[in-house]
Amino acid sequence: MSKITLKDLSHSYLYSQSKKEDWALRDVNIDWKDGGAYALLGPSGCGKTTLLNIVSGLITPTKGQILFNDDDVTLNNPVERNIAQIFQFPVIYDTMSVYDNLAFPLKNRGISKEEIDSKVLEIAEMLELKSTLYNRASGLTADGKQKISLGRGLVRSDVNVIMFDEPLTVIDPHLKWVLRSKLKELHQKINRTMIYVTHDQTEALTFADQVVVMHEGQIVQIGTPVSLFEKPKHTFVGHFIGSPGMNILPCEISSGNVFIDGNKIETSIVNTKKENYSKTEVGIRPEFIKFSNGGIPIKISKVSNTGRHKIIDSECSIGRIKILSKSNEEIPSDTAFISFDKKFTYVYGDDWIIE
Amino acid sequence: MNKTINQKAWFFVVPVFVLVAFNAVIPLMTVVNYSFQETFGNNVFMWEGTRWFKQILQSERFHAALGRQFLFTGIILVIQIPLGIAIALSMPKEGPWVSVCLVLMSMPLLIPWNVVGAMWNIFALPEIGFLGHTLNGLGFDYNFTQQIGDAWFTTILMDVWHWTSLVVLLSYAGLMSIQPAYYQAAEIDGASRWSVFRYIELPKMKKVLTIAILLRFMDSFMIYTEPFVLTGGGPGNATAFLSIDLVKMALGQFDLGPAAAMSLIYFFIVLLVCWVFYNLMMKNEEQS
Amino acid sequence: MKKMKWIVPTLYIIFLMLPIYWLLNMSFKTTTEIINTYSLWPQEFTLENYKTIFTDSTWYNGYLNSIYYVLFNTVISVAAALPAAYAFSRYKFLGDKHLFFWLLTNRMAPPAVFALPFFQFYSSINLFDTHVAVALSHCLFNIPLAVWILEGFMSSVPKELDETAYVDGYSFSKFFFKIFIPTITAGIGITMFFCFMFSWVELLLAKTLTAVAAKPIAATMTRTASTSGYELGLLAAAGSLTIVPGAIVIYFVRNYIAKGFALGRV
Repeated sequence: MSKITLKDLSHSYLYSQSKKEDWALRDVNIDWKDGGAYALLGPSGCGKTTLLNIVSGLITPTKGQILFNDDDVTLNNPVERNIAQIFQFPVIYDTMSVYDNLAFPLKNRGISKEEIDSKVLEIAEMLELKSTLYNRASGLTADGKQKISLGRGLVRSDVNVIMFDEPLTVIDPHLKWVLRSKLKELHQKINRTMIYVTHDQTEALTFADQVVVMHEGQIVQIGTPVSLFEKPKHTFVGHFIGSPGMNILPCEISSGNVFIDGNKIETSIVNTKKENYSKTEVGIRPEFIKFSNGGIPIKISKVSNTGRHKIIDSECSIGRIKILSKSNEEIPSDTAFISFDKKFTYVYGDDWIIE
Repeated sequence: MNKTINQKAWFFVVPVFVLVAFNAVIPLMTVVNYSFQETFGNNVFMWEGTRWFKQILQSERFHAALGRQFLFTGIILVIQIPLGIAIALSMPKEGPWVSVCLVLMSMPLLIPWNVVGAMWNIFALPEIGFLGHTLNGLGFDYNFTQQIGDAWFTTILMDVWHWTSLVVLLSYAGLMSIQPAYYQAAEIDGASRWSVFRYIELPKMKKVLTIAILLRFMDSFMIYTEPFVLTGGGPGNATAFLSIDLVKMALGQFDLGPAAAMSLIYFFIVLLVCWVFYNLMMKNEEQS
Repeated sequence: MKKMKWIVPTLYIIFLMLPIYWLLNMSFKTTTEIINTYSLWPQEFTLENYKTIFTDSTWYNGYLNSIYYVLFNTVISVAAALPAAYAFSRYKFLGDKHLFFWLLTNRMAPPAVFALPFFQFYSSINLFDTHVAVALSHCLFNIPLAVWILEGFMSSVPKELDETAYVDGYSFSKFFFKIFIPTITAGIGITMFFCFMFSWVELLLAKTLTAVAAKPIAATMTRTASTSGYELGLLAAAGSLTIVPGAIVIYFVRNYIAKGFALGRV
């Protein structure tokens, strides 16, 4: 059990790095508190698995430090770091029984037979593996196997952190729910630091107290699920989180005011001093757009009803806008005007929020 | 994969069936025919029943050849399989050296078998061969054409040279199919190098190793050309394995009846062992 | 310890190369030098042995004969095995499993068992001492092998590919040649490689079925060793040259080999 600090981490898989793209990971700084549930969220190739493997010690970073409880562990191997990791697809030892699989990490550490026995039984109970404990592990279904991988991480009571690398990828959709709530329940029960890597926002947002969103090797925002939704600090976060994602519209800033195609927009922006951005954009979530009598003129092209709400696809002079409204709300046909909720309208300069 | 039932698929198989049957069934029938008859040339045959089979099964010559054959096959399996695995384990996993290793290691597999024999003959000759000269220089009294022990040593060394690469290539392919996550998980679980081999690498190589053992068994049991060229079965009959003995009997002495009976017994032994292996293999495949 | 790992493959490769080197070494020596002195490299470097092979028709015809029947066999084996492997990988039919095992048993048949009957059989149909005879006889072990390897590759191609093609209106033959065969080229390459290899290295049947006109190089070598004295240099040169075709073939398929083996089919 420990807190984890990542200090100025950068990693590259190449021998020499000349440009930004050569880095798989750039300038990562994170503090993870002891006992928290964290998620690393981002699309494939954003560097999240690299980051995870650096924390677990499978990869040594090119630059920077990893601290466990303020001790530098950058050069330590996974055994010394005392961590557990669950991989994308279940890793089990085919020839062993379920029991032996669970006991394996303890046996390797020379723990006494009685202790192993009680620990394995406890974990098997927790993961509902008791009925198959003496079967061959290779005969189990994918979710059963993944439970074993998970179990091997949990049997060691002293691990500093348990890490999950997209552990539900190969699990059937209906079982994903079961395993996910199981994980959440386990976290509350054993209260150990857990880091969960995924590209699925639902998984990340339901599992974690705090989500780290990554994009092209960089951390773009760290925050609670609510803050990621309500105040994205980067257009990528706005776009990636939420369904449908945030509307990003090009805008101009002149003399402290924000204009979209000549229409003045009220935003949450405080400091409107114009800096030298190569592009400026307004971000507004579909949830915070309302139909009104005046404002930006739009042409509605499609309305789809999901049951709980309606998603309206529309076009204005400078791009497409998605609007979310209640399913019982009347939608104007063809043309209409819309206005934005000022509190949730943000301005981005070169993709980063202007505050 | 679930296959559809389609009896017309037989049409696809007909060419293969005809070609193989042409080569296998007709000659095999000839062998069966001979095995029950006695001939004095000129196509005169007399029915002999199972006399040749009894004769072969009771003959000391056959027992000796069979014994030598099993001893040889056993020895080369015991050497080649672990050696092949060990080499595959220490081969590079990526980079330019992989191709270099694969190409160089495959070389012996592509040399005509009698050239292998001839090459080893030249290599092992006591006076002018590198192996023979070096061993004699080191104080060993080495002469594979005269001494039984040396003849066996050379034949086995030749077979190890010739075929270990097959085991290496198969094991290597098996190893390459293991996902890196298995090694990472083992590292995190604190597994020792031996545990990684015992619980990850060996189980994952099981299938290719079964094939390797099967092939090595089959081919070493049929070995003819290489030892024939190297030692000619000698000194005496010391390295006359089943095939060599059989050809001697059939083509050398023209004892067609006994040779045919021996062929059938020989074929039957190979089939029996392979059938057992084949079933084990299929059983494994169904399990996984 | 990890750093020292390269030693094992290196030692093994040295062990593999030594006899080959010795053969090459001998092939560049004169007969007198071979018999009279022991040396690690040729003292009087000579190309005479190679010259003899390239100018004497009994020698170089041996090579041509071998290459003829090996190529011929490779083509027949793969052509016949393709539809059969497709049938085994896609359909269930009466006796399929037994047929498959029966095919494999022929890979297990000791050639020595068949040598004599083959001689009589091919003589009786007037094919003795022709390339066709050797090519056909090698089908005995190469066709089962080809079916086995190809079946493995074809089974790894999803059946949906076939179904999609039919839905798109392809006829079977058009689908088979235009879509299916291109998707398994790697498999066909591997199969051809193994057919080539096993036909090239086999001697017993090739020797039994030929006398003069189709005599393979390997058999020419055995004759020379016994009849025209102890011409080790010539023998070594001929042997060295038999390594060349194999080396060329293996260089081209080196990237496929691991893949082919990985499917567990050899």
